[in-house]
Amino acid sequence: MSLADSDRELVVSELDREPTRAEAALFENLWSEHCAYRSSRPLLSAFDSEGERVVVGPGDDAAVVALDGETYITLGIESHNHPSYVDPFDGAATGVGGIVRDTLSMGAYPIALADSLYFGEFDDEHSKYLFEGVVEGISHYGNCIGVPTVAGSVDFHTDYEGNPLVNVACVGLTTEERLVTAEAQEPGNKLVLVGNATGRDGLGGASFASEDLAEDAETEDRPAVQVGDPYAEKLLIEANEQLVDEDLIESARDLGAAGLGGASSEMVAKADLGAHIELDRVHQREPNMNALEILLAESQERMCYEVEPDNVERVREIAERFDLGCSVIGEVTEGNYVCTVEESASGERETVVDVDAYFLGEGAPMNDLESEVPPEPEPDLPDADLTDAFDAVVSSPNTASKRWVYRQYDHEVGVRTSVGPGDDAAIMAVREAEQGLALSTGGAPNWTDAAPYEGARAVALENATNIAAKGATPLAAVDCLNGGNPEKPDVYGGFTGIVDGLAEMCETLSTPVVGGNVSLYNDSVAGPIPPTPTLAMVGAKDGYDAPPLSVAADGDLLLVGDRGLAADDVRLGGSEYLAQFDGSDRFPALPDDPAALIETLAAVADEDATLAVHDVSHGGLAVALAEMVTADAGLEVSLPGDDPAGTLFHEQPGRALIQTDSPAAVRDAFDGVAPVVELGTATDGGRLVIDAGDRTIETDAATIRERRATIERDLE
Amino acid sequence: MTVSIVRFGGSNCDRDAERALAHLGIDAEIVWHEDGLPADVTGVVLPGGFSYGDYLRAGAMAARSPIMTEVREAAADGVPVLGVCNGAQVGCESGLTEGAFTTNESARFQCEHVSLRVERADTPWTAAYEEGEIIEIPIAHGEGRYEITDDRLAELEDEGRILFRYCDENGDPTPKANPNGSKHAVAGILGDRDSVAVLMPHPERATLPDVGPTDGQGILRGLER
Repeated sequence: MSLADSDRELVVSELDREPTRAEAALFENLWSEHCAYRSSRPLLSAFDSEGERVVVGPGDDAAVVALDGETYITLGIESHNHPSYVDPFDGAATGVGGIVRDTLSMGAYPIALADSLYFGEFDDEHSKYLFEGVVEGISHYGNCIGVPTVAGSVDFHTDYEGNPLVNVACVGLTTEERLVTAEAQEPGNKLVLVGNATGRDGLGGASFASEDLAEDAETEDRPAVQVGDPYAEKLLIEANEQLVDEDLIESARDLGAAGLGGASSEMVAKADLGAHIELDRVHQREPNMNALEILLAESQERMCYEVEPDNVERVREIAERFDLGCSVIGEVTEGNYVCTVEESASGERETVVDVDAYFLGEGAPMNDLESEVPPEPEPDLPDADLTDAFDAVVSSPNTASKRWVYRQYDHEVGVRTSVGPGDDAAIMAVREAEQGLALSTGGAPNWTDAAPYEGARAVALENATNIAAKGATPLAAVDCLNGGNPEKPDVYGGFTGIVDGLAEMCETLSTPVVGGNVSLYNDSVAGPIPPTPTLAMVGAKDGYDAPPLSVAADGDLLLVGDRGLAADDVRLGGSEYLAQFDGSDRFPALPDDPAALIETLAAVADEDATLAVHDVSHGGLAVALAEMVTADAGLEVSLPGDDPAGTLFHEQPGRALIQTDSPAAVRDAFDGVAPVVELGTATDGGRLVIDAGDRTIETDAATIRERRATIERDLE
Repeated sequence: MTVSIVRFGGSNCDRDAERALAHLGIDAEIVWHEDGLPADVTGVVLPGGFSYGDYLRAGAMAARSPIMTEVREAAADGVPVLGVCNGAQVGCESGLTEGAFTTNESARFQCEHVSLRVERADTPWTAAYEEGEIIEIPIAHGEGRYEITDDRLAELEDEGRILFRYCDENGDPTPKANPNGSKHAVAGILGDRDSVAVLMPHPERATLPDVGPTDGQGILRGLER
């Protein structure tokens, strides 16, 4: 890939000369889809990113949200899709590294990671290889740097076979005083590069991420994948913390896509300033690197800091204490963004880049693409035996236990994890604000494949329901919007749908979308991926306790929020049931007042009479019931209505199962908000009995556990 | 007069140990390995993490850093020393304790809660428990399988230097309850004096009541003065 002709013409007319080789490469990478969001930015204005607790919205390395007057959290999400296809271990590992550095550059300490992963069908050998490699890469890197991985999701869908998705989110903790941004502050300040030495790795990663994966990508594009060193990252985390402690940083940016050229030009562009960078001052790992390589290498574990001249020496001392390389590479100016190198022969400085930073950062023309709304599927329902269907849906890799995955992640380091992975949402103890921070991330390829707009609304509501089920109220969200090649009208139409759907539901829930990431061209010879919005949502609650997911041996079980059942309009579109037995249906209509539903659910979850709460979504009521029984406590339920398959397997989000000592109080709370159905009662022992009119499904916790062990049984 | 928590590059449970000890009212501070131990150190924690990125071999590089000479001297003077997870690997690599912790039988990292049987209750680390008591403590390691020669293990067992074993809900050290394939289900051992102990499970993660079980408090109380 090289700079497109139309872009080159624009650059030539702005510069009034031909760009140098280094400039052309900078424009190519910074004006790529990955960096400049050329096809998505026109759509992103749909998101409401403002709110009274939003401190820093979209556009910085990470977003910042206030928990109280003093304590802030940062939120960021990133995709590392193409690298993870070419090299799953390193691709995924460096995805973690990148989003953690985005947290550091806000002056924050990382306290939690979450990742949403999407692969081809589990029984496909290559997909399994990618899955194992990605999980191992995340485990290796996240564990080593001591940041707990507490939440996430894994989905399998045939359309990811040629292009898996790795979306990683990070939550950090900072304060009003410690907050740093990526906006350069003052001409004359020094730019200091701290971290790993720069080598020839990850060259052109940004443009690699901005085109379809070629058939030979695994061999041909390997040089575009970076290799991570979590040990260096851990040293960087601690060094950064000390730099912030001592108030030595004026602004900061991590070196990610487009390397030093990207980070340093973006810092000054934000403030409409310039910089002079002496490229030969960069500490290098390999000899004879040329200007372009130094500028664009995506070597990992590097940060660019703006430092006042008087503080440079102290920054150097701290870097040295942590065995990190450090070089003063230039300074902030009021002029252009200028890079020079020393000519080895003459000793004179040659200017290799001299452009307006703002034009470089913001000058990329936006694409106006054709879009086509995908058609809604007609109902065509399969006729499967109820018990067979129950077994198939409960043991599908999509709904099965993900213990094999999260057991490999250190999810308790940091001693903040009050509720860990395997539950609806994680809860982190933020003792600094005496608040529990709930975190839920996920997408739903079957939903957004069936109905991009409604499916994306559902994804947002589903994450909010997860948070509310643990008694927390949504606070803010960041999104990772993954799509195929946007130049195909139907792909762009689907992508437009997920953007609008996500935006609509987040606004309805008064949950500002404070940042995100877009990844397009997830397209290969196997075709485009389903439009995939991953949402990472945080919520807050008083205290760190939450009702358990598992039932206790005594108490009534209620189903709240089932609009389909109440309106006699159950729809199976997007369900695992249809995925298993081949069929189609319209996507479920969502609850009438989602905001009131979420608020009420969060309040009820924290009532003393509430014994257990579990969100109902993927795999429907069948999977939710199966997940709630234990060896000590079972359930006897009877299904309302005369459509047992629909009732058990439809996946309308915004529903929860509540076990309570006080059903009347739950009914009162939801009166006028959402329908409440009494399903049955809990029992001693681990039996699950579902009475479906003329049929009864009978099973027990041990059998369910065995069925749900699909992934670990195969991989252990 | 404080406990020193030794931070190597790559340590990542140092802050957790500090928070857990503070909760118990035990004065402790993190000490950067290059700065050495303070003269009046009352106890040493070698925390979990990935010192030196586990390069070469888990714990091997840290064990050879100058501060470990000071730690061995302090241990010889009777100062209590506790190695946790990577700290246990460092303890074995540096000769504070015998044997080695190596790659899990599963060859994967494992993070989960396990049951431990208290083998001796008459040490500073286990005074809060009964002999044979079962306690719940989390593990989080990829290299926690205890290895040593059969002869030497028999001698350590005779000398009463096995502190904890992995066990099931009945207290039996069954293969199924042994998360990493440790020989004789050993989870923690004593050095040549009772005041030196290492274990793979994380007592500091089972100390703060606001995030889970608190069975690990007794172990950390071995650092109380």
